[in-house]
Amino acid sequence: MTKRFGTVPAVEAVSLDLAAGEIFCLLGPSGCGKSTLLRMLAGFEAPSAGRILLDGRDLAGVPPHRRPVNMMFQSYALFPHMSVAGNIAYGLKQEGLAKAEIAARTAEMLRLVQLEGLAARRPDRLSGGQRQRVALARALAKRPRVLLLDEPLGALDRSLREATQAELREIQRRLGTTFVVVTHDPGEAMVLADRIGVMDRGRLVQVGSAATLYERPATRYVAGLLGDVNLIEGRLGPGGAGQARILDTPLGPLTGTDHHGAGEAGASAVLALRPERLRLAPGSEGEGDGESLPATLLDATYLGDRILYRARAADGRVLRATAPAGTAPLAPGEAVRLGVPPEAAALVPA
Amino acid sequence: MNAGARMKAGARMSAGPRRRDRLRRLLLPAVPFGWLLVFFGLPFLIVLKISLSDPATALPPYTPVLNWDGGVAAWSDFLAALDFENYRTLIADPLYLAAATTSLGVALAATVLLVLVGYPIAYGMARAPKGLQPLLVALMVIPFWTSFLIRIYAWIAILKGDGLLNKALLALGLIARPVEILNTLPAILIGVVYAYLPFMVLPLYAVLERLDRSLIEAARDLGASRLKAFLTVTLPLSAPGLVAGALLCFIPIIGEFIVPDLLGGPDTLMLGRVLWSEFFSNRDWPLAAAVAMLMLVIVAGPVVFFREAEARRLEGPP
Repeated sequence: MTKRFGTVPAVEAVSLDLAAGEIFCLLGPSGCGKSTLLRMLAGFEAPSAGRILLDGRDLAGVPPHRRPVNMMFQSYALFPHMSVAGNIAYGLKQEGLAKAEIAARTAEMLRLVQLEGLAARRPDRLSGGQRQRVALARALAKRPRVLLLDEPLGALDRSLREATQAELREIQRRLGTTFVVVTHDPGEAMVLADRIGVMDRGRLVQVGSAATLYERPATRYVAGLLGDVNLIEGRLGPGGAGQARILDTPLGPLTGTDHHGAGEAGASAVLALRPERLRLAPGSEGEGDGESLPATLLDATYLGDRILYRARAADGRVLRATAPAGTAPLAPGEAVRLGVPPEAAALVPA
Repeated sequence: MNAGARMKAGARMSAGPRRRDRLRRLLLPAVPFGWLLVFFGLPFLIVLKISLSDPATALPPYTPVLNWDGGVAAWSDFLAALDFENYRTLIADPLYLAAATTSLGVALAATVLLVLVGYPIAYGMARAPKGLQPLLVALMVIPFWTSFLIRIYAWIAILKGDGLLNKALLALGLIARPVEILNTLPAILIGVVYAYLPFMVLPLYAVLERLDRSLIEAARDLGASRLKAFLTVTLPLSAPGLVAGALLCFIPIIGEFIVPDLLGGPDTLMLGRVLWSEFFSNRDWPLAAAVAMLMLVIVAGPVVFFREAEARRLEGPP
């Protein structure tokens, strides 16, 4: 589907299949269209073109209050004039359920988010974490087919965020509801999601598990988004998607794996190398296994679980490589070789 | 120097500023309280005293007047001369009760009308594009640049028998002959609603403009239709603006004099006009003061009620 505001496309030709019961993360920088996509699923924006199918039924044109989809807002949007229980019961009251049923479901939700003692509290007397739970409980109370979460942890501080991530996963597992989470935080997406969809300037550039995105990025943007990466640009040799191909770089020809079709032979492309996959060896002799790059160590940073080395390659660029902590540290100034395993080097279009 | 001595020295050094802080804490509330005392408390006592006096052909036109140099005897004479006769007149003469009832009825009806007219205007303003809103607020306030008296006077030209309104209705074929609007109760209502509209719209706008739009979206998302979302979220959350606007309109309309005087004709009895005629035509200051006290009681009722309601709302359920 596509959404344009005026002539500006906010979401461009996005096609996406959600699996029932999964946590799907829409990941991207602010303004990439992920929130617009979420709002289209909720029914607050109408797609300019395309369809939204849920169990085979087209939701386009169905107003938000008739969709079996609920949303947890980034600001939580708790009703300040209602108690915690009142907030949670709001959606159930709109359904016209019996009083006893509403009370039972509200109590069940309060138990789910562990807020039993705070049912009568007003939202302004709650902490940020408690407010987040109320918002979650309110959105889940109607037992939606799909729960949309807009930056669900964005307003929490770091220490609370990690605990809440685990809790969110736990609740999702228990209920089996499909979650669609919008986030700009790659780390959060990796922790939460079964699958991640990376959005960039209105387009969905890659969909896959965290491991797929990390190890087999489809674009330079995806490669840089998740974790640290070394990027070496060059010209592609012959070959195609799914094959090992030579990239002619300023550091000499390097072999990488073309997972998604990086381009025609002769096109410019980029080799994405994870620092932890570079094999760092002292001395100036190669290992013989794949290509290796001569470099001079600039510095070493001890990070507890690993050591981060920065090394200057032959053409002056700085490459980053990590070694597990506990290996014999190398001294700055030392000549090293950086081994590039072809299966760990991903070729992406420039 | 040990730590204890250092702390003592520190305490001594901060004693001066702390005393100044305490002074400031006492002085700051003294400003509004002093203002209230001088411009509300004292005048109130004076009016109360006059309402308990008898009219006199003298200067000032009432007795008794306290002789400040007379000592205890003068005080006891003074107090003995005060009575509730004027209040008895208010109750005995149906004129005053009728005026009070009309005033109360007009003020209530006008406040309801103001809510019905003002709410959609305020809502529209709050939902208008952000860049347009300052202009809309300015347009709401611009009529205040002309004298209130002139604006109400202009309504005579609109409402009179061969006025603009009748001409328009005749031209549209809605009426066969001119209807009498001027010098009727509807004319007063029209004038009052027109005159007090900004006092209803502006507080409502201030509340609605700050209302988080995502709250309405959340209500919609949870299954509320547009109307239901308005009734359960927008309306309750705009209650403070509604109460503020209603009080800002209701209180002055109770004592309104210009609108009933110009548009209501000679037969309309409202407290403002009764007060005026007692004071200026009959020069019966004590009775006029009693009417003023009656007005105060009528106004105090809703103010206390709304304050209680607001306090309950803020406290929330136990």
